[in-house]
Amino acid sequence: MNGQIRNPQSAIRSPKSAVQNPLTVALAGQPNVGKSTVFNMLTGLDQHVGNWPGKTVEQKTGEFTHDGRVIRLVDLPGTYSLTANSEEERVARDYLIREQPDVVVIVVNAAALERNLYLLAELLALPVRVVVGLNMTDVAEQQGIRVEPHVLEAALGAPVVPLVASRNQGLRELMDAVEHLAAAPGAFKPNRPAIRAAHRPVLQEIHTLIAGHVPRPYPEDWFALKLLEGDVEITDRLRQAAPEAWERVHALLRQHEDAYLDIAGGRYEWIGRMVRVAVVRPRAGAVTLTDRVDKIATHPLWGLALLISIFGLVFWLTYTVALPIVNWLDGVVVRGLSEGLRTILATAPGWLSGLIVDGIIGGAGTVLTFLPILVIFFAALGVLEDVGYFARAAYVMDRFMHWMGLHGKSCLPLFLGFGCNVPAVMGCRIVEDRRARLMTTLLAPLVPCTGRLAVITFLAPAFFGRAAMLASWGLVAVNLIILALTGIAINRLIFKGAHTAFIMEMPLYHLPNARTIGLFVWHNTWAFVKKAGTIILVASVIVWGLSTLPDGDVERSLLAGLGRALAPVGRLMGLGDWRLMVALLTGFVAKENTIATLGILFGAGGPGSGLAQQVAGMLTLPAALAFLVVQMLFVPCVATVAVIRQETRAWKWTALSVALQLALSLAVGVAVYQVGRFL
Amino acid sequence: MRRSASKRRDQVLPKTLSDLPVGTHGVVHGLRGGKEFVGRVAVLGFTAGAEVAVVQNYGRGPIIVAVRDTRVALGRGEAAKIQVEVMRET
Repeated sequence: MNGQIRNPQSAIRSPKSAVQNPLTVALAGQPNVGKSTVFNMLTGLDQHVGNWPGKTVEQKTGEFTHDGRVIRLVDLPGTYSLTANSEEERVARDYLIREQPDVVVIVVNAAALERNLYLLAELLALPVRVVVGLNMTDVAEQQGIRVEPHVLEAALGAPVVPLVASRNQGLRELMDAVEHLAAAPGAFKPNRPAIRAAHRPVLQEIHTLIAGHVPRPYPEDWFALKLLEGDVEITDRLRQAAPEAWERVHALLRQHEDAYLDIAGGRYEWIGRMVRVAVVRPRAGAVTLTDRVDKIATHPLWGLALLISIFGLVFWLTYTVALPIVNWLDGVVVRGLSEGLRTILATAPGWLSGLIVDGIIGGAGTVLTFLPILVIFFAALGVLEDVGYFARAAYVMDRFMHWMGLHGKSCLPLFLGFGCNVPAVMGCRIVEDRRARLMTTLLAPLVPCTGRLAVITFLAPAFFGRAAMLASWGLVAVNLIILALTGIAINRLIFKGAHTAFIMEMPLYHLPNARTIGLFVWHNTWAFVKKAGTIILVASVIVWGLSTLPDGDVERSLLAGLGRALAPVGRLMGLGDWRLMVALLTGFVAKENTIATLGILFGAGGPGSGLAQQVAGMLTLPAALAFLVVQMLFVPCVATVAVIRQETRAWKWTALSVALQLALSLAVGVAVYQVGRFL
Repeated sequence: MRRSASKRRDQVLPKTLSDLPVGTHGVVHGLRGGKEFVGRVAVLGFTAGAEVAVVQNYGRGPIIVAVRDTRVALGRGEAAKIQVEVMRET
């Protein structure tokens, strides 16, 4: 398990015990190198996904056996370097320094070798033993780039193993090399990058100043180098550990503020020497497939048209394929289960049958019937992500996101939101800047999720007749416009119009890998299932309890009392009937619960025929519109609120998110009704 | 990339990356901006002397640059902080 933390002092082990112990191997690599494919191919489904202790950075560990030896693989976050620029980078280097894995495997993309070796140059500044996995050699060859692994290996002084991870080629040899290195750690004598001559005297001086002051377990050489680079975290560490030493280092560093750029430049010079003889590249100016596709995909006009078409297709596909399955699950499986259980529980006390059938199955069970929609939606997004299209979508959307002080990357979690807001909020992690991440987290719950779209799909035909399709699209459009306006307002009012840097790699297009997509679907859907099994389950039971207490009659229940208390607010939106307010309120448990609640309160016994018509019959058109608008904008569901708290780690932002959407939904609801009445 | 007969050389004055049309090749001359920004782009390969080529630039919105065998999208504001010596336009 990943909780096993090894004492750094015990890192020196005898070779004999090392043979018996499981090997701990860390997997490092920059983004877009196929690192997760390597991880998935090696570990399969036998992986543990969680968070790094105390961080909102995903941690994946997995175990497998190679030649009878247990190997524990720790997937480090994909980072371009090991400076303290982001939480991911801090997590990766802290792990390497504190836990001292037996071997580090760095996965590099053969088609972008120079840039990828930058991380290796940083890794080699640490006392680690490294095996290079030269991945995507097939993609590189399509680009006309040929890398000679043996030549590169000779230059680096570290084992280099060619891989095509997506086709499971070379992984066995990679693990052979890992085991070989682990068996003879002393033999590892890599060619380590040296600092440029101009900065050597300063580095030496820093070394002398900090000697004996470096806090454990940092290696002194590395600590000195990071100080020269102006690394924020390491500078802070020294200031806390040895203030006097820090004073002197600080004075010295002030004369060398440009050192960072020079060190980066020096690393690239070292890389240049390493790859010079190992890489054969095509003549300049060859037009690749990626360039041809990007002519359209990143065009300001055609790119946008393509983006809209692709998303239209994804939604069409999702609902065409999934809706019949959802209806079957709801009508046959859930109903059958409910009726079966009611029969079995006929002799049991009434509250027990009510709790199980109406509370648990009616609430959490109904929510689970939306699973097919999520699976298909996330599969489609997984393909788009894996072929490399997501980066293009972000690029095309960048100019629009700027209005909100965000940049293109924030689009990606928002796209996920159409499936479910829970993975959307968790997906906000990819936004590097804290301010932009918070803002994306506030906006993500405003994306109409599957649950909300389901309510619209259910009610719109009864509300709007033939115009149902048009009205539904109109509602989604209005929702997105409100999202944009909210973003602009939040940026102006809370973040004072700040602007975030947009720097994003555009990976080469490549064929999707079924296993990678499968795991993408699995992780995103599993988050939803877990919430349905825990938070939504508990909340469903509470709502059911409120609807039966004190005497089992819905009309006199606590929930009805709450609904009646809210009726004055409802009247402003044309929703004077307490049942409508209660239905909206229970959307807090899960958005699609609105339908289930209406079913219970209108005595239709579930979302069967006639319910939508019954509701439509008592609402005027403006009130019907107001109902749907409020439903879409109302406070995030309880599962989303829980992940907002988990991701922001602040009740302040969680409360702000809830308050924001409560105010927004009521204001827009009242506006829609009042304006609609006069038209 | 479009083919064109004209090839210009000897343009010594550094320009900002955001000003360069598609197809321009150049060499990074310097970086402006805060330490965090400079750090992030330097890691991606925008160090003094690195060859860059403009892949996409429509005069507004973000641009795409090829650097060290990768393609990197940069916001217009970010691209304006990277100074480039133009080598040739194709």
